[in-house]
Amino acid sequence: MIYKVIAKSEFKRFTDALLRDNTSFGPRQVDTDSQGKAVYQFLPVTSSDDVAFDYTATASSAKHFFLPFREELSRFVFQDQEWDQQISYEGKPIVLIGLRACDISALNILDDVLLKGHFPSPYYLAKRKNTFVIGMDHLPLPDCFCKSMSHHTISTGFNLFCSDIGEDYYLSINSSKAFNFLKEFNTRDPLDDDNCRLVERRKIISDSFLSEVDVTALPSILDIEFDSPVWEKWGNKCLNCGTCAMVCPTCYCYSVEESFDTNLKGATRQKQLYSCNLVDFAEVAGGHNFRPKNGDRLKYRYYHQHRGFAENANQQICVGCNRCGRACLAGINPKDVINDLRMEKESCLTNISSSPDRI
Amino acid sequence: MKHWGFTFEKLKIASFDFTCCEGCQLQLANRESTLIDFLELLDIRNFRELSSEQHNDYDIALIEGSISRQDEVERLQAIRRQAKTLVAFGSCACFGGVNSLKNKFPLKELVAEVYPGMQIETMPVRKISDVVKVDLSIPGCPVNKEEVERIMVNLATGSLVTLPKHPVCFECKAQLNTCLFELGEICLGPITRGGCNAVCTTGKTPCLGCRGPSEEINMPAFVELVKARELSLDDLQEKIAFYNAFEGFSNHEA
Ligand code: SF4
Ligand code: SF4
Ligand code: SF4
Ligand code: SF4
Ligand code: SF4
Repeated sequence: MIYKVIAKSEFKRFTDALLRDNTSFGPRQVDTDSQGKAVYQFLPVTSSDDVAFDYTATASSAKHFFLPFREELSRFVFQDQEWDQQISYEGKPIVLIGLRACDISALNILDDVLLKGHFPSPYYLAKRKNTFVIGMDHLPLPDCFCKSMSHHTISTGFNLFCSDIGEDYYLSINSSKAFNFLKEFNTRDPLDDDNCRLVERRKIISDSFLSEVDVTALPSILDIEFDSPVWEKWGNKCLNCGTCAMVCPTCYCYSVEESFDTNLKGATRQKQLYSCNLVDFAEVAGGHNFRPKNGDRLKYRYYHQHRGFAENANQQICVGCNRCGRACLAGINPKDVINDLRMEKESCLTNISSSPDRI
Repeated sequence: MKHWGFTFEKLKIASFDFTCCEGCQLQLANRESTLIDFLELLDIRNFRELSSEQHNDYDIALIEGSISRQDEVERLQAIRRQAKTLVAFGSCACFGGVNSLKNKFPLKELVAEVYPGMQIETMPVRKISDVVKVDLSIPGCPVNKEEVERIMVNLATGSLVTLPKHPVCFECKAQLNTCLFELGEICLGPITRGGCNAVCTTGKTPCLGCRGPSEEINMPAFVELVKARELSLDDLQEKIAFYNAFEGFSNHEA
């Protein structure tokens, strides 16, 4: 890693040049909600003026640039008795600017799951391989809990990371591409004072977290609480809408559908991002549903996010962005659900381990 | 039609309109890009919007509209006797649709208001399945042509015919829409069957539930979230009643 300091005005020139010449996406304000708060999404940007540098967090994550909500996996062309399968792995280089630390962590997690397993996804790789990521730090929102998940700082998965130290950005440069490109712009080596400002900035960020989720021993608590009434309680609120998985930066589930073209001369196999909260997620041929209850479906989402599956080495995949909690109309969010589970476990401990009778 | 060793028969189809605006039938002639291929799948036996020929040897009958007169009942029963597959086509046919709003008023008053001084025979509005057995429902106001095409292709090829089981929200999120609840409105997306690509909410108009309830909706939780946001329960009632699509789902708490 190489460190540099760049004046914000110069950084603007740098982004202008970068965004002008590349297909780029960054945070933009799309709405103001009824509470007067700005709503942001990652959308196409072509100059620094398009980028909402002072944004909070985007409502939806950046995963769909690599895992589109809908994607054609292959085409089939029929000719007489023959058929031909056509597959193409398409992706073009993109620049993502303004990702938060947790967003970058989420991409690293997706890379682990989709590229480092037994069956790396060529579709994901094609889109992911030429990504230029510029991260930017920020003060957490009151409900961000990435610190609890240790994803509030980041050291890999970006080309460039900008820490806001007042008039300047403190740059962590993690790729030769970024380094070479920056050569054309005015930067300087950090001075003692810059380092101090960086330490101070990091401390302010770290001290600003208002939400904490105690995740110590969470995987084993989830195992112990497999039959907990907590799941039914929260499950009863769930609308089975799948919103949580759609906005989540690490949910990667999908369904596959094959359909004929209307002219019957070809067919398409399409993938659609899906969610374990949807009613038919665990429905199989013949109509049997392995998870017919809301509570069971919700439980599995928490299982996957906070206990992990074998395919990602039993690691938690939740990065603590709370997008799911913010978007859930029913008010279901990791902090409250996990705290409830903990309380449940603690009450069970006090109940079961009553002291032996004195003689 | 012969492809890849399979021979597909064209679908002998007829389309009939009852109490409705004929907007769903009109959709059949929509989507020009695949219109010729679509019509190629069909052997149209009776369909006054597409062809002047009229034959009564159809297998599939698309029924558009709801039932509001005695002569409609008889016509529908005759179609039922002929059709192997009777399709409730569009929200009026599936649920009664907008027409059902009429059922809230005394019939006499309605006739006096709309046809003053005339003798009009009319009955409370009913959905198709209240009158005859329905084999397949394709909801929507209007129906989504893309979905109709997919279903016709599946019927022609003998594939499984299904409707999406997830609610509209799921598709709304894929469009990166800001949730209308965040903007202070009531939207029926969480309880309504997807498959329309969230066309209304993408245009910043709340979903009124034209595609009817999605699979296993959670009405109590939905009413609860409207209350928690202190939104108008009258507005909720009005939206839920709009297409008469949520009959039988108790929302008496609202
Ligand atoms: S937890 Fe919330 S967002 Fe997720 S499916 Fe249930 S209601 Fe929808
Ligand atoms: S939490 Fe559910 S939707 Fe998300 S990746 Fe895991 S199983 Fe899939
Ligand atoms: S589960 Fe929720 S908090 Fe965790 S990464 Fe996904 S959206 Fe963020
Ligand atoms: S706008 Fe409507 S459909 Fe979209 S997420 Fe909100 S409630 Fe669901
Ligand atoms: S958003 Fe709702 S009202 Fe609009 S087409 Fe879809 S189901 Fe119908």
